[in-house]
Amino acid sequence: MSSEGVSTNAPTPWSDARAEGAAPPRKTADLAKFLPIVGPVVLVLIWDLVVRFGLIKAILLPPPTDTIITLISGLLGGPLLFDFWVTLYRTLVAFGIAVVLGMPLGIALGSNERAYRSVEFVIDFFRSTPASALIPLFLLIFGTSDINKIAIACFGAWLLVVFNCAYGVINARKQRIAAAKVMGASRWQIFKDVLVWESLQASFVGLRSAVSMALVIVVVAEMFIGSESGLGHKIINAQQVMNTKMMYAAIMSAGILGYALNVAFLAIERKIVHWSGR
Amino acid sequence: MTQVINAPMIVDVPRPHFRPGPLGTHITIRGLTKYFAGWPLYENFDLDIPKGKIVSIFGPNGCGKSTLINMISGLIPIDSGEILFDGKSLKDTTIGYVFQNYREALFPWWRTIDNIAYPLKLMGKSKAEVDRRVEELVDSFDVKFDLNRYPYELSGGQQQTASIMRALAPNPEVLFLDEPFSALDFEMTLFIREKLQEVFIKTQTTMMLVSHDLEEAVYLADQILLLTKRPTSIADILSYDDPRPRTTATLSEASFIATKKKSLEIFQREVRK
Repeated sequence: MSSEGVSTNAPTPWSDARAEGAAPPRKTADLAKFLPIVGPVVLVLIWDLVVRFGLIKAILLPPPTDTIITLISGLLGGPLLFDFWVTLYRTLVAFGIAVVLGMPLGIALGSNERAYRSVEFVIDFFRSTPASALIPLFLLIFGTSDINKIAIACFGAWLLVVFNCAYGVINARKQRIAAAKVMGASRWQIFKDVLVWESLQASFVGLRSAVSMALVIVVVAEMFIGSESGLGHKIINAQQVMNTKMMYAAIMSAGILGYALNVAFLAIERKIVHWSGR
Repeated sequence: MTQVINAPMIVDVPRPHFRPGPLGTHITIRGLTKYFAGWPLYENFDLDIPKGKIVSIFGPNGCGKSTLINMISGLIPIDSGEILFDGKSLKDTTIGYVFQNYREALFPWWRTIDNIAYPLKLMGKSKAEVDRRVEELVDSFDVKFDLNRYPYELSGGQQQTASIMRALAPNPEVLFLDEPFSALDFEMTLFIREKLQEVFIKTQTTMMLVSHDLEEAVYLADQILLLTKRPTSIADILSYDDPRPRTTATLSEASFIATKKKSLEIFQREVRK
């Protein structure tokens, strides 16, 4: 134990801080692995029973097996795949533009409190306005093109990015800024070595909500007249012709897309903001 | 020849003559004034901090011990007054600062070693110079933990050790320590206290230590600066000259006990006022 050999000749202070909190006993861990599956399995079971006993008309709620087969075959090169990619493409383009335009602005606003206070109301107001309420306005401006869907989704996502980045900079730990200052860092050095890093945690919260927001708006925009592609379009189309199997499959594809985006962003966040929550 | 007789004269009010401190003074504080929410915390405060000594600051709650070193180190702006380091301003002085809360002092986005090297990089040192200095610090601190880890992967004592290494990296003329042991357990406190004394014996760096633990304050100090309640002034400055390295045996020396007792008496007198 004394291999650490510090002059206090006590190993405890130098013990590995990561080693604390031993793993729980193996058996419970094995069982715990299956806990997340319980919810979906129960849900599908209830769904199946409801259909089997005819509690809801089959035309309104198709059996889960049919729906899931439609979903899987649809996504594996079937009719859903193209719409899935189109929606993903629109969401990511809208999100990408929002980040490129929003992050620098948010960080700049956050590091200048007076500038932020002067636009705070405008940002808060539009942030609180449901972005879908603006879709008709954007239809007027951009028409029913692809650009319209991307523009409106981009606007909604952009507000979230700006707000959260600014918020992250404003709430940077004062002591870290003080530490840099006392070491003789200039304003620019404090900005790039402390403020930008400090803001990352809040920024990522913004990025995650922004990508969800972009997806929501893209799907809604795709439901409007004139759309020819996308999951939103698919859902509305299937509903119009009472193809409920396809409608549920398309809804679930949108769910899969949203969930996958969230998981992907969480993974990226954990990689980049590795100190988060520690 | 036309000449205005008795022309109005504009005379600057002469600034009060700067009174230098006694020989061996490092930091001279003159006419320091600081108001908080309309109330004076410091008013026309004068102080001389000797060079190459450790000064412990002790006083009642809220008297502005930390504020004092924060003003000297430039973290809190002063309302008026003058603070000089060997006659220079803060701008031309290299200082180090150790915070109480090490968790929010180090930068978790960089590895510990990059944290320690940061002040050297700020000074524009070359990579070779930075590496050499960091290695020197690692040797003198006898570091046994992995500096390539991130700060949050280290224990509290390791993090505070890294903080002190970072503060000492640029060979500061003055080292400020704001309750550096308060967030540590007893074992770590002892360890870092000894390290600090070692560094001091080796480098004779002027240190200002804020402490709420009288024993610790006296143990490390050459001078104990006792402050009054606000508006803060100097209650007394006690010298304590037992030789270094001081050890646990020092704690039972008559001179140590006497200094501690005297400090406590002054402190209690000030608290009761």
